[in-house]
Amino acid sequence: MEDKKYLYKRNNIWWVKVAVPKSQRDKFGYDLRQTTGKSDLNEARSVRNHIVESLKSKFSETEKYVPLPSTKFMEKTNIDNPQYFHKVVDCQYACPAHTNVPEYIRLIAQKKYTDAYMLNWESNVFPGILGRVCDRPCEPACRRGRTHEKSVAICRLKRVTYDYKDDVEKYIPQSPKVKNGKRIALIGAGPASLTVARDLLPLGYECTIFEKDHKAGGLMRTNIPSFRLPADVLDEEIYRIINMGAELKLNSYIEKLKPVIDDYDSVFIGTGAPKGKDLKLKGREISSENIHIGIDWLTSIAFEHVKKIGKKVIVIGGGNTAMDCCRSALRLGATDVKVTVRSPFSQMKASEWEIEETMEEGIPILDNTSPKEFLFDDKGKLYGMKFEKMQQVEADGRKKMQSTGEEITIECDDVLLAIGQENAFPWIEKNIGIEFGEWEMPVVDKLTMQSTHPKVFFGGDSAWGPENIIWAVSHGHQAAISIDNFCSGVSLKDRPAPVTNLVSQKMGIHEWSYDNDVSQEKRISVPHEELSKSLKNLKTEVELGFDEELALEEAQRCLNCDMQTVFEDDLCIECDACVDICPTDCINFVDNDVEEKVRDKLRVPALNLDQSLYVSGKLKTGRRMVKDEDMCVHCGLCAERCPTGAWDIKRNAYKESHTLTNKIKAKEVA
Amino acid sequence: MSFKKPINHHPKLETNKLGLTRRDYEGAVSTLCAGCGHDSISAAIIESCFKLNIEAYKVAKLSGIGCSSKAPAYFLEQSHGFNSVHGRMPSVATGANCANRDLMYLGVSGDGDSASIGLGQFVHAIRRQVDMVYFVENNGTYGLTKGQFSATNDLESKNKYGEDNLFKPIDLATMAIQLGATYVARSFSGDRDQLIPLIMGAMQHKGFALLDIISPCVTFNNHDSSTKSYDYIRDHNEAVGKTDFVPLGEEISTSYKEGSSTEISLHDGSKLALEKTDANFDPRDAGKALNFIREKEKEGKVLTGLLYINDLAKDLNETLNVTQTPLSQLQQDVLCPGSKILDEINQSLS
Repeated sequence: MEDKKYLYKRNNIWWVKVAVPKSQRDKFGYDLRQTTGKSDLNEARSVRNHIVESLKSKFSETEKYVPLPSTKFMEKTNIDNPQYFHKVVDCQYACPAHTNVPEYIRLIAQKKYTDAYMLNWESNVFPGILGRVCDRPCEPACRRGRTHEKSVAICRLKRVTYDYKDDVEKYIPQSPKVKNGKRIALIGAGPASLTVARDLLPLGYECTIFEKDHKAGGLMRTNIPSFRLPADVLDEEIYRIINMGAELKLNSYIEKLKPVIDDYDSVFIGTGAPKGKDLKLKGREISSENIHIGIDWLTSIAFEHVKKIGKKVIVIGGGNTAMDCCRSALRLGATDVKVTVRSPFSQMKASEWEIEETMEEGIPILDNTSPKEFLFDDKGKLYGMKFEKMQQVEADGRKKMQSTGEEITIECDDVLLAIGQENAFPWIEKNIGIEFGEWEMPVVDKLTMQSTHPKVFFGGDSAWGPENIIWAVSHGHQAAISIDNFCSGVSLKDRPAPVTNLVSQKMGIHEWSYDNDVSQEKRISVPHEELSKSLKNLKTEVELGFDEELALEEAQRCLNCDMQTVFEDDLCIECDACVDICPTDCINFVDNDVEEKVRDKLRVPALNLDQSLYVSGKLKTGRRMVKDEDMCVHCGLCAERCPTGAWDIKRNAYKESHTLTNKIKAKEVA
Repeated sequence: MSFKKPINHHPKLETNKLGLTRRDYEGAVSTLCAGCGHDSISAAIIESCFKLNIEAYKVAKLSGIGCSSKAPAYFLEQSHGFNSVHGRMPSVATGANCANRDLMYLGVSGDGDSASIGLGQFVHAIRRQVDMVYFVENNGTYGLTKGQFSATNDLESKNKYGEDNLFKPIDLATMAIQLGATYVARSFSGDRDQLIPLIMGAMQHKGFALLDIISPCVTFNNHDSSTKSYDYIRDHNEAVGKTDFVPLGEEISTSYKEGSSTEISLHDGSKLALEKTDANFDPRDAGKALNFIREKEKEGKVLTGLLYINDLAKDLNETLNVTQTPLSQLQQDVLCPGSKILDEINQSLS
């Protein structure tokens, strides 16, 4: 049978699909479709063959020039590459906005909360919000998770900067009186658009934000319940940006994009992934009165359209929205709330801490439970749901869920569906040059955030589907750079380099300018409001945050990963003092070899391949200093015990460039 | 800034048969100058004890006065220790050795402590064959008193301020061979691969083991005109061969060139495998060893490695027929033979 799958029709255009093998996608992109204009299989086949052949020749070209890694000896590490030491700061490297975490934690320890807040604000824009509800990619990355048990409570410390800061208004840049004449439309008043506005306003751009609801904030407001994120925190950080001089148009649903594109110099789309997935099971069509889409229901609560729910509630789904739904239901008067998840408990998508908090509130989570049917009585009233129990089996090396045949029925008054979100762009016309790819997602450049229409940029969930706030912020920064370049006639690929500053911390003999004591304290858990109080009121914040004393203690747990050990080959006399003093056996002097063998012959073999080896040039004895960055606790004793200063401890301040820093730098140079 | 070494160790750090890591054999953080060779030697002792699965409470560390003699504080925190008067460590070691044959004795001394004020003590400890490991952490200078020449400093080696040395050096290693020490090795603090097997061999050797370890003083004797600097030793070091320590019950795993390998059994059944670089050299022949050292000295080389070994000699306690039981554990009934025996003795005299 003829394979016709690669010829398909979308938006009234016939396409030939060519998928790139996974291993090559970094280099060549995901998909190299081309349009043929008509449904001719023969032509499609020849177009496809042509693309495949040219792709194949590119594969072999690249292979020719990349020598096999196994035959190449290690080279001296290039620490001038700003990414080298950046990567050592695990938390900062993992953060999409690359916030300088160790630096703000030190500022907290010094009680400089305002400075710490501003340092956060500069990179992640919403420290108060993110300090409560960030997805925290930094915490699993934290070095302490490897050297000790649990990571530093980075997110909770971020909240401390918000809670204890003084007035910061005087530090916030304002939009200049004389504008630069460029007008930018930002669609959706969520974190992505707000970030773009913040980055562009001080440069003199006129930013207009269109919001369909009557309040700004996007999913941060509608989908995160106020017991996790109080409205006053939201308002403060949103209006901090609006007050810089943005025009906010509420209740302004954009029905057609074309006029906006024509009217503005550039358009940013940050409309999120606003469509909750439905569950089309038997019985779904009978009545929808007691079956709710999770995110819509949360929105209705946020805007106080919904104030109660039935006594017995089932929440379907294992993500963070499910956790928010069940906890909200409990606060609206439900007495028997259950969460059902199709997968095993260990594979739930929700963040660990949200699952913990849900369970602390006494909500059972039934895993391996797949919904099968909505059950209605004669009058068409929902009275329960039928589920089947699942088990995970391994077939062909892949894990698969399979029914065990066992069925259970759970009674309920209401069902909340939290099984995922989708993007939806019914308001974008099909023929204005914005191309949509697979899953009806816009085709967006990973680096520049530009769509196939040069004036239109995407960011946040609307670009590649549901992520989280910190990713939206990161997209916003990148989009702002692109828009600034676009409006100034600069190539979008010409992006500002990160700003780094590597400064020695030596102040004198036995005197270093940081606290290197490695705290052995366990991670401090954040105090919670009493359940009896917090369950009564939807608006009572559950987490109370650290007080100053707890914050200081937690801040001391930070290992100062930005304090870099910097090695100077020429000064080393190979006395081994650093090898002997290093508490975690990171430092080695060995003969050079291929990386795999070097990793193997260290005092403690460097088996964590995610972490770099710091390799010196050839020393007097012909050996190399090789430091495994994996377990370094940055105590600085190598530098302290070095007789010649071959080791130094230098603070590496790494900052991603935003439009703002770029312009300020340009001004300084001028 | 804290100078405490963090207690964390690498979670994958190797453990020995006792379930201990290398870190468990450490002592206080060194207060010697940063980069001091003595710290490297302490680290080599730590590594050796770790590898030999030694229980720290079965070790006694003894020392005199000097930078070297501070070093015992920086390893084996849980061992016994005695910091004696300047140069008098060998006497204390001799006494302790007779009082308790169960302990391993590590004497840590320096060139001042052993080659000057304590030379008489040093000589007699060898003559009596005290069963101990005697470390000389040899830097050719009096570091603690600001860098005067010591008795082991080479004639041509100036001090830090450019002054000439007027006297010839004492070579403790050749002296020890002549006096009949049964395990004599020379090494360099900066060559841990050589040093550790030599220390392990010395620890398993029964009898007097001398380790003359050149240990650069980074503060006073690591300059261009010094013959005990890191650079000088690295340039002039000539090893008699490669020594491997082979623990009891293990096979020699390294392969050697035919005819060059010598195997020496130690008291406890472990072995030293020596790969010689020169056929004229034999560490079991004192005369040949001494000649070889002199030859190399003339060539301007510093000969390192296992220089002499004799594993058949009697140690002090065997010669004196000292009781196997530590004196502290001897009970009244053993120590006092009783009135019946006394009567017998008295009658035999009458």
